[in-house]
Amino acid sequence: MFNKIHDNIFRALNSDFLYSFKHSPVAIVSFIVALTLVLGAVLAPFYAPHNPFDPATLNLMNGFSAPMKPNEFTGETFLLGTDDQGRDVFSTILYGMRISLFVGFAAVTFAMVLGVSLGLIAGYVGGWLDALIMRIADVQLTFPGILVAMLIFGIAKGFTPIDQRDQMAIWVLIIAIGLSEWVQFARVVRGATLVEKNKEYVQAARLNGRRSGGILIGHILPNVLGSVLVIATISLALAIIAEATLSFLGVGAPPTKPSLGTLIRIGQGYLFSGEWWILLFPAVTLLALALSVNLLGDWLRDALNPKLK
Amino acid sequence: MRLKTLTRIALASTIVLSMGIGMANAQTLNWARAGDSITLDPHAQNEGPTTALQHQISEALIVRDMTGKAVPALATEWGPSESDPNVWSFKLREGVKFHDGAEFDSEDVVFSFNRAMSEESNFKELLASVKEVRANGKYGFEIVTDGPNPLMASNLTNLFIMDKDWAEANGATKVQDVEGGEDTFASRNANGTGPYILVSREPDAKTVLRINENYWGIDEFPMEIKEIVYTPIQNQATRVAALLSGDVDFIQDVPVQDLARVGETDGLKVITAPQNRVIFFGMNQGDADLETDNVDGKNPFADLRVRQAVNMAINREAIKKIVMRDQSVPAGMISPPFVNGWTAELDAVPENNVEKAQGLMNDAGYGDGFSIRLNCPNDRYINDEAICQAAVGMLAKIGINVQLEALPKAQHFPLIGGLKTDFYMLGWGVPTYDSEYIFNFLVHTKGEKYGSWNGVRFSDPELDMKIQGLASETDLDKRNQTIADIWAVVQKEQLYIPIHHQVLNWGMSDKVDTIVSPEDTPMFKYFKLGS
Amino acid sequence: MLAFAIRRMFQSIIVLLVVGLVAFSMFNFVGDPVDSMLGQERTDADVERVRIQLGLDQPFPVQYYKFLQGAVKGNFGISYRQGRPVSQIIAERLPATLELAFVSAVLAIIFGVALGIFTAIRRNGWAANTIMSLSLIGVSLPTFLIGILLIYIFAVELGWLSSFGRGDVVDLGWWRTGFLTKSGLLAIILPAITLGLYQMTLIMRIVRAEMLEVLRTDYIKFARARGLSKRAVNFGHALKNTMVPVITVTGMQIGSIIAFAIITETVFQWPGVGLLFINAIRFVDIPIMAAYLMLISVMFVSINLIVDLLYFAIDPRLRLDKTKG
Repeated sequence: MFNKIHDNIFRALNSDFLYSFKHSPVAIVSFIVALTLVLGAVLAPFYAPHNPFDPATLNLMNGFSAPMKPNEFTGETFLLGTDDQGRDVFSTILYGMRISLFVGFAAVTFAMVLGVSLGLIAGYVGGWLDALIMRIADVQLTFPGILVAMLIFGIAKGFTPIDQRDQMAIWVLIIAIGLSEWVQFARVVRGATLVEKNKEYVQAARLNGRRSGGILIGHILPNVLGSVLVIATISLALAIIAEATLSFLGVGAPPTKPSLGTLIRIGQGYLFSGEWWILLFPAVTLLALALSVNLLGDWLRDALNPKLK
Repeated sequence: MRLKTLTRIALASTIVLSMGIGMANAQTLNWARAGDSITLDPHAQNEGPTTALQHQISEALIVRDMTGKAVPALATEWGPSESDPNVWSFKLREGVKFHDGAEFDSEDVVFSFNRAMSEESNFKELLASVKEVRANGKYGFEIVTDGPNPLMASNLTNLFIMDKDWAEANGATKVQDVEGGEDTFASRNANGTGPYILVSREPDAKTVLRINENYWGIDEFPMEIKEIVYTPIQNQATRVAALLSGDVDFIQDVPVQDLARVGETDGLKVITAPQNRVIFFGMNQGDADLETDNVDGKNPFADLRVRQAVNMAINREAIKKIVMRDQSVPAGMISPPFVNGWTAELDAVPENNVEKAQGLMNDAGYGDGFSIRLNCPNDRYINDEAICQAAVGMLAKIGINVQLEALPKAQHFPLIGGLKTDFYMLGWGVPTYDSEYIFNFLVHTKGEKYGSWNGVRFSDPELDMKIQGLASETDLDKRNQTIADIWAVVQKEQLYIPIHHQVLNWGMSDKVDTIVSPEDTPMFKYFKLGS
Repeated sequence: MLAFAIRRMFQSIIVLLVVGLVAFSMFNFVGDPVDSMLGQERTDADVERVRIQLGLDQPFPVQYYKFLQGAVKGNFGISYRQGRPVSQIIAERLPATLELAFVSAVLAIIFGVALGIFTAIRRNGWAANTIMSLSLIGVSLPTFLIGILLIYIFAVELGWLSSFGRGDVVDLGWWRTGFLTKSGLLAIILPAITLGLYQMTLIMRIVRAEMLEVLRTDYIKFARARGLSKRAVNFGHALKNTMVPVITVTGMQIGSIIAFAIITETVFQWPGVGLLFINAIRFVDIPIMAAYLMLISVMFVSINLIVDLLYFAIDPRLRLDKTKG
């Protein structure tokens, strides 16, 4: 089944690319790990032993059960143990990863849409608009993402009705992380647009009185697809880590619906007390996820930039 | 210029080297807890860590010792005057000197009380019934109240005495006024009569105290610690790590999950004792409709049966076992056991019975449940957020769908004071050791002077009269009867949902010998150091 | 050149004003300072009195205007929590953060450049590949977790290094330094590693990529053909050419280091401005928060400005381009 998916994806791409993938064990392993984790998270509701987000099913007395050992009060056994609230760690990781991945993908998509559009506009229109966008980009680049996130969080909280703050936290994370990542996309697309803009076919279209914007997009996007893909992959890893960090600082996912970062924040409190599983398993999952995505991004960059090979 | 800097560095490093030798001394105590003192101004903040540090440097007329008992400090004798029940008179200790050498007398006491009663003071509520303070000779002092106040003495144990001349010389006669700004000498400097002298202080980083060799009680108390280095460490894991690695000798707040680890570590021990603080939930039962629920036009908490169902759905035993790791005492009333008015019967742990609770919900017409928001602090009480989370699960079992909002205390408490939450967690300590204090703030109708923490919107004018009457009731038996009557109403109406009494966990090096104070205030003059 | 510089400075001031506005508006939402200032015994009358005292009853634009007025003079008001001038508190705390940032940056540059060269020269060796993969682990774990793990291993289990704080500091009058005492030097190791790890990885990757690029150029091929030793080629020619982008990136990362110091300082109880900021958020100490954000905005914007002006001075092509637009 995996082979089939591979084939479908890569038939669309050129054979050099596929060749490079097949000959990079790191890339293959990373891809399999990342895919397993993503599918595992997406399909969690179908096979996870518990739904940790449903408080009525929790039994506090199950709290702090060690992995594979029956609980001393309830006698129940959990594969990876339970956390401080009696949640099954295995299920909680799966559900938590759904939140982390959702935040990650949504943030990167947001950054990509924002960055690509602004890059196109800046490159194509030029003039003061270009100057303005690129100035904002410069400032954004020096202003670290976590600070941006804390600012947005502070402001958003003031505007959100009290009963929607749980959902708000997720969207704030997405917007904040997205805002700190769009600059890379914008720069690449702007550069490509500047090059394309002066080519003859665009000039010709202009002289004929046709709107050249559409043509431009059609020609530029394929050219920058590779770079955008690389940036998107690396951004995804960054977004997942950023989510964890913000949750650690208390401006992230709520504890009743923990993401991987929130789980790690909870687990680090039990590092010295012997309940290592609450920290270790989510941390290893986060590491595997971020590492495999990072390695894929790394390989993508090398593969798409044959100069460095 | 350059040479000068170099000499300075060289000089500084010599000082450090010599200091380094001093620091290695076994009589130094490295003390850490989560929060720092907010100010050194003795009347600006009435808050745990702030008064705890101040107690080492300054003294009140009467203080609580490590067992919580009121003992003489700057006053040696006190009591209501025999001729006039509205006057309390105090005999002051003679021959006491402030750290700068100035002599202590009644002038300083009068000055300090007037300062503590000024508008910016954080202690004026404790002296609300005081009409006048006056000196009676050099070592006599009198408080005139606007009616007999039988419990005056217990209000004074955190009321520190400053030197009048020092305050005047340094422009510190007024309590630190945050907006005014210039007048902040007293917030950075201290000149008390206490057992330890302030050497240096960097807020939130490090405060160093050394022993006061001229302390009046130098022969009376052990005074074995010669130097105290106080560092706030907020991060739980870091704080425990500092104790485990021997970087600090004494931490006041060991996370409950780390008690075993600390206790088992060679050279370390944990001692625990019940704290003067009870944790509970409040529910808005006064309003006709709630903002934060999904029931239109009605307030489910206004129905006594719903409040009783909530009370019954909470499994206090499970919270104690799992969340608190046995480090709590499940509670049935919102008063700590030390307090006048507390009884074992009232504090009996309520039954945990989900079926019965569901039955009450059915009777009240909420058989299908409802949803409500619970507000909870996440940096104030021991495992506050985890307790709330556990409650979310327990209430889900009787159909109450709770959305938890856990916020830092700076954002949580305004919700209660500003009546912006309908369901919340609160903890309450009773520094006066008397129920009146609880009633004044939590039970009396909310208004200018009373009921500022009454977030449950309970109001009963008849009960209010009884509460106000407590302050001037001199017949103690009658007074205690009124207290019992008021508690009966509080319990019957299920005004609050008590959870537990907190337990204090002090972790320390084996060489430190002390007991735990129920106020969570270490008085280092009582500490002994083994070898 | 002058026109360009003036225009860029003007833009920077606008950026600062906007950042200031955003930052200041945030404070209306982080909580009410009054409650954390008054204790358990406060009455509602107290709350009202303190609100008026702090000027919190005034409309938002008035509060912002007052804040800007003071900020221009370097006067950020009085900290609600400590009751001292904010500028004084920040001046006290800044050395701790700057020392930490400095040591992290030095560690990041030394190890980053060294490992970058190594992985570039031994491009396909197993050691280089292992280092490249390991470096990704460093960026795939959140900073706070790395910090806590380091404390656990080196302070608790091994007992080699201290778990928190700055150790003993020496007061030079204008600067409190931890560099002059043994405990101070030991204390800075773990937080500096925690903070510098990410930047080290980044520098290593840039050096590697640049080296690979340069090593492919004709100029290097020519040098090799001339019979220069491998060593001379690698270090004398290739490395020199990679330094410009490394310096640029490091410059741009200074902002990041200062910002991420918030997390490191929280974990290690490092008494710098980052910890001050986090505490200010907890206690809703608005003057401190505002001053901190303005301080780092000024820092970031100045770094940006300097980098831009340097580029402008170095690269004549930019000159034509920019003055036209």
